[in-house]
Amino acid sequence: MEILYLLIPLSTALVLLILGVFAWALHRGQFEDLEQEGERILHDDGLQIDGDQAGNGRRKEESRSV
Amino acid sequence: MALSSRTAPNYDDDVVRWFALATVLWGVVGMLVGVIIAAQLAWPQLNLGIPWLSYGRLRPLHTNAVIFAFGGCALFATAYHVVQRTGQTGLFLPWLAKFTFFGWQLVILLAAVTLPLGFTSGKEYAELEWPIDILIAVVWVAFAVVFFGTVGIRKVRHIYVANWFFGAFIIAVALLHIVNSAAIPVSLTKSYSAYAGVQDAMVQWWYGHNAVGFFLTAGFLGMMYYYIPKQAERPVYSYRLSIVHFWALIFTYMWAGPHHLHYTALPDWAQSIGMLFSLVLLAPSWGGMINGIMTLSGAWHKLRDDPILKFLIVSLSFYGMSTFEGPMMSIKTVNALSHYTDWTVGHVHSGALGWVGLISMGAMYHLIPKLYGRKDMYSVRAIELHFWIATIGIVLYIAAMWIAGVMQGLMWRAINPDGTLVYTFVESVKATYPFYVIRLLGGLLYLSGMLIMAWNTVMTVRAGKALPVPVPPVAAAHA
Repeated sequence: MEILYLLIPLSTALVLLILGVFAWALHRGQFEDLEQEGERILHDDGLQIDGDQAGNGRRKEESRSV
Repeated sequence: MALSSRTAPNYDDDVVRWFALATVLWGVVGMLVGVIIAAQLAWPQLNLGIPWLSYGRLRPLHTNAVIFAFGGCALFATAYHVVQRTGQTGLFLPWLAKFTFFGWQLVILLAAVTLPLGFTSGKEYAELEWPIDILIAVVWVAFAVVFFGTVGIRKVRHIYVANWFFGAFIIAVALLHIVNSAAIPVSLTKSYSAYAGVQDAMVQWWYGHNAVGFFLTAGFLGMMYYYIPKQAERPVYSYRLSIVHFWALIFTYMWAGPHHLHYTALPDWAQSIGMLFSLVLLAPSWGGMINGIMTLSGAWHKLRDDPILKFLIVSLSFYGMSTFEGPMMSIKTVNALSHYTDWTVGHVHSGALGWVGLISMGAMYHLIPKLYGRKDMYSVRAIELHFWIATIGIVLYIAAMWIAGVMQGLMWRAINPDGTLVYTFVESVKATYPFYVIRLLGGLLYLSGMLIMAWNTVMTVRAGKALPVPVPPVAAAHA
């Protein structure tokens, strides 16, 4: 079963990658204030979104604080 | 407004439209081939003595057409649509997105030619020969560039959960495809797998199971988490749970593959790990199913009035059924009865027709009118009709295969007191005949529903107009 020497490290590397992405998302505040995020898609067809959710400013602010 | 210079004035909906229409077309083709081979199982004379119409060549054509052509185009269309709308931006490199459309259609056409001609690598759900495999890899990398590029230029800080599912699906399928399709070509149309014997079987089912997990589950869950809330006009029941669902699902799926190889040369411990992780998978799967269905909590009347919601919600109940059935079938003692029987075929189709098929159709019914400047499809009553025909078709199909499968398993293992087999194999084939006919009937119903959808789509496109949709401007950040 030499193939397991490929598949298990590969899957483990993938899990570590997933963990890394999860940690990234956590630290970038992707999971803060979750419940309102579910609402937002209901208004994505034409309505403006308010400034706090706009991508640029908040991201800058955060990278400073991290 | 620093980022607004990169904002396309309109959403890039052309490629979404093309993929949406291709979904309907390939759905008809793939399901038609399925009906033909179902008829061939009941009446083998329908091979007509022509090699390229024989079951062994048409069956991979059917699986490739429904999974990668119908399902694949639905995933491309919805991923491109959802990532733009949730990020409030146009596509990153729209020309590359168009390349993925033409590249993917070329893959499909090449499959439709080479598989009936008998060119195959012999790997289930990965039958295409190496030149086509390379084309798939190129198209897929382009897909990843467009998708993640669009996530990168999004104007909304939060990445909506559907995009996580689409993203995981894109990355995992790239990895699975490249590892499993590794082969040594001997000519343009023939190659041999880089792995041999049980090693090859393990790679094949590591691929095969994760293809189910990431292509047929994660991608379509992305669809579910966007189109159910949109159609119900309510946010998903628990957004928090949807995040847990995502991470739990992708952590667990990768390890379940060995359950396809119970009682084979694969080491026992690997089989047991496969079984264990398959059982664990029940938790995130059902969490996601309940989350999707409960989105209608407090608004159940919408289910009565809206046929598109019927598609979407019933697809989730099939998702729940098959993600319960799957872990049960992965238990070794159950598998001893079910494996190699038509129960497996029934299980696959409860997931494929019930979950993947219905969620894609529901998403397309939501999406297509909006892509053509309309509120609804040309005929809402035809959607209702399609729903009922398809649902009855699925029930006939899977009930027939359950009965046939359990019967086959019991007949094959029945032993006389003196240790000889009670039944010959052909007796079990003969006993299965009526169920093959019922299955064909179910398949015919499902195909009829798809034909209704095709008609409805043509009428909608003719009645509607493809209008550009402006990207809503993003207000300047206060911070």
